[in-house]
Amino acid sequence: MAELLFWPALLAYGEAAFAYLGEARRPGLAGRLATWGVRIGWLVQTALLAVQAARADGFPWTTWAGSLNLFVWLVVGAYLIWGCRPRFRLLGLAVAPVAVALFVVARIGGGTGIGARSHYSNLFLVLHVGLVLAAFAGFTLAAALSALYLWQERRLKQRAAGILRVRMPSLASLDALAGKTVAVSLPTLTLGIVVGLLRLRHSGGFDAVIVLTLAAWVVYGGYVVLRFGAGWRGRRAAYLVLAGFALVALVRVGLPVSHFS
Amino acid sequence: MTTLRLVGVSHHSAPVELRERVAFDRSRAAQVARELAEATGEAVCLSTCNRTELYVASEDGVGAGARAAEILEPAGAALYRLHDEAAALHLFRVAAGLDSMVPGEGEILGQVRAAFEAGATGPFLDHLFRQALHAGRKARTQTAIGESPASVSSAAAALAEQVFGELSGRTIVVVGAGKISEQAARNLLSRGARIAFVANRSEVRGEELARRLGAEPLALERLAGELERADVVVSSTSAPGFVLRRDDVAGVLRGRRGRPLLFVDLAVPRDVEPAIGALEGCYLYDIDDLEAVVAETLAGRRREAERAEAIVAEEAERFRAWQASLDVVPAIASLRARAEEIRTAELRKAESRLERLNEAERSVVEAVTTQIVNKLLHLPTVRMKQAAAAADGVLYADAVRHLFGLGEDDR
Repeated sequence: MAELLFWPALLAYGEAAFAYLGEARRPGLAGRLATWGVRIGWLVQTALLAVQAARADGFPWTTWAGSLNLFVWLVVGAYLIWGCRPRFRLLGLAVAPVAVALFVVARIGGGTGIGARSHYSNLFLVLHVGLVLAAFAGFTLAAALSALYLWQERRLKQRAAGILRVRMPSLASLDALAGKTVAVSLPTLTLGIVVGLLRLRHSGGFDAVIVLTLAAWVVYGGYVVLRFGAGWRGRRAAYLVLAGFALVALVRVGLPVSHFS
Repeated sequence: MTTLRLVGVSHHSAPVELRERVAFDRSRAAQVARELAEATGEAVCLSTCNRTELYVASEDGVGAGARAAEILEPAGAALYRLHDEAAALHLFRVAAGLDSMVPGEGEILGQVRAAFEAGATGPFLDHLFRQALHAGRKARTQTAIGESPASVSSAAAALAEQVFGELSGRTIVVVGAGKISEQAARNLLSRGARIAFVANRSEVRGEELARRLGAEPLALERLAGELERADVVVSSTSAPGFVLRRDDVAGVLRGRRGRPLLFVDLAVPRDVEPAIGALEGCYLYDIDDLEAVVAETLAGRRREAERAEAIVAEEAERFRAWQASLDVVPAIASLRARAEEIRTAELRKAESRLERLNEAERSVVEAVTTQIVNKLLHLPTVRMKQAAAAADGVLYADAVRHLFGLGEDDR
């Protein structure tokens, strides 16, 4: 059943990815189709996760592939909060293809089937994995917002004649949304890390993923301090969000190698 | 049969010297429509700065057209005359902004609505104008033909929205008290921005414009000091050199704490030193940049116009089908009336045999006979309407009248 749900979800995300390309060329119907594709894909993936949760003996997303499946769902869910607004639709141009690619990788790694039981306690997994992944989903979205900001800012600086051709969010709203997203995600990551560190006291053993996660926390913490304390905005703030995301991406890549091995 | 005639003059066919001879204000346009309708049937007068057009629906199309041409006679050879399908398609294109100087401009739809409301309309023009308004709205909602700015001042305002989003509460500083500055300022004002200062070399003119815009006058020497609070600076002075230099702006950036600052330089020679555009958080657009943006958006409108043309053509085809169906409507009505007459007569004849039926059973007989009549007539009705749309309507209507012996007075 869970495997069967994978294909319609993938199809819907895939349709959305193509439709966003159409939206970039000619705004209108393609954008609406893309939004519906994401919505339907996300709902089907929700059903898939529900089936996995119902069938699994304990927390079902303990493997790196399973956690990737959950991560895709969280990223798309976070995108849907703003992505349905016409001006923010094009953010889907970054989110949908990434969702498709990661969802396929999750399936290849066996993350869309019924997982095996982990030796960790369910409460720990829900809190640690759930919170850290939710924070990472927020950081991913903030990175997409910042990338869009830098692209649009560059076009404004270059005084591109076609600057008004594509409906885009304003620089101010991209900057503000990225800031808010990081501000919400950072406490979530902090809680996830604290839960992980408490567990670490008993089992011991730092690994590269933990170090990278702490480095990402420092970068995002610095971002929040500089942005809300020292008034950092615009290009510099966007680069800092992307630097933090580079660390998040390394953590995601490093998960199958160390943390879940 | 009612036919549609259009006689008009527009920016395509006549220069303003000719158009102004037949331009009517709203009340005069309504009066023209009423007078024309008294003589012909139904009439609407659409008069804007780019066109004056008379739409007439009448049984005597030629006479109505001639009467309308008499009214617009001062425009002489620049007049164009269209009828039926072509006239309807023209109106639909006008309502969609496809016949406007700037494709997709939004004002025309309201002007068509106003002309319709002031016109002397009956069922024909009522249907035509309602469908034209529908086509105009549809073209605008289903394409992006009316979305992009079509002038330098609206492009400047759209760019400000691209940087700041909503402009309400944003602080604008206007430099120069000329017409161009005022136009750009008013465009920003209409989108919710606040004009804080008007800086000008001549104090008197600066104060005048500041009063009109609800702003404070500012001495040009104090301009750099006020940049810390500004979001958008619109400049259009006749100064021979730069009014704002890089160092003036660089000095206030620290105090702005990363807030973006947009400069719109509409002056020739330029007022704002180009190096300002390279400063972090500063965006500079001069007149050439804005004109390039407008040219690009107009090209975009033309591309969208192709899609809008398809929508308008579809609506015009629907109107043609409706107009053609008018040919067969009397025949269909006569046929149905005849069938109903026969049904009730036959029931009356059978009255003695139906006497013993109770009320419920009588209702069943009524319903069954009505259903038989409706089912029998359904297909011929549909086929006649289809034939009307394919231009064979009159032929079919005559055949039906002949076959069912419908009276000539039904025509």
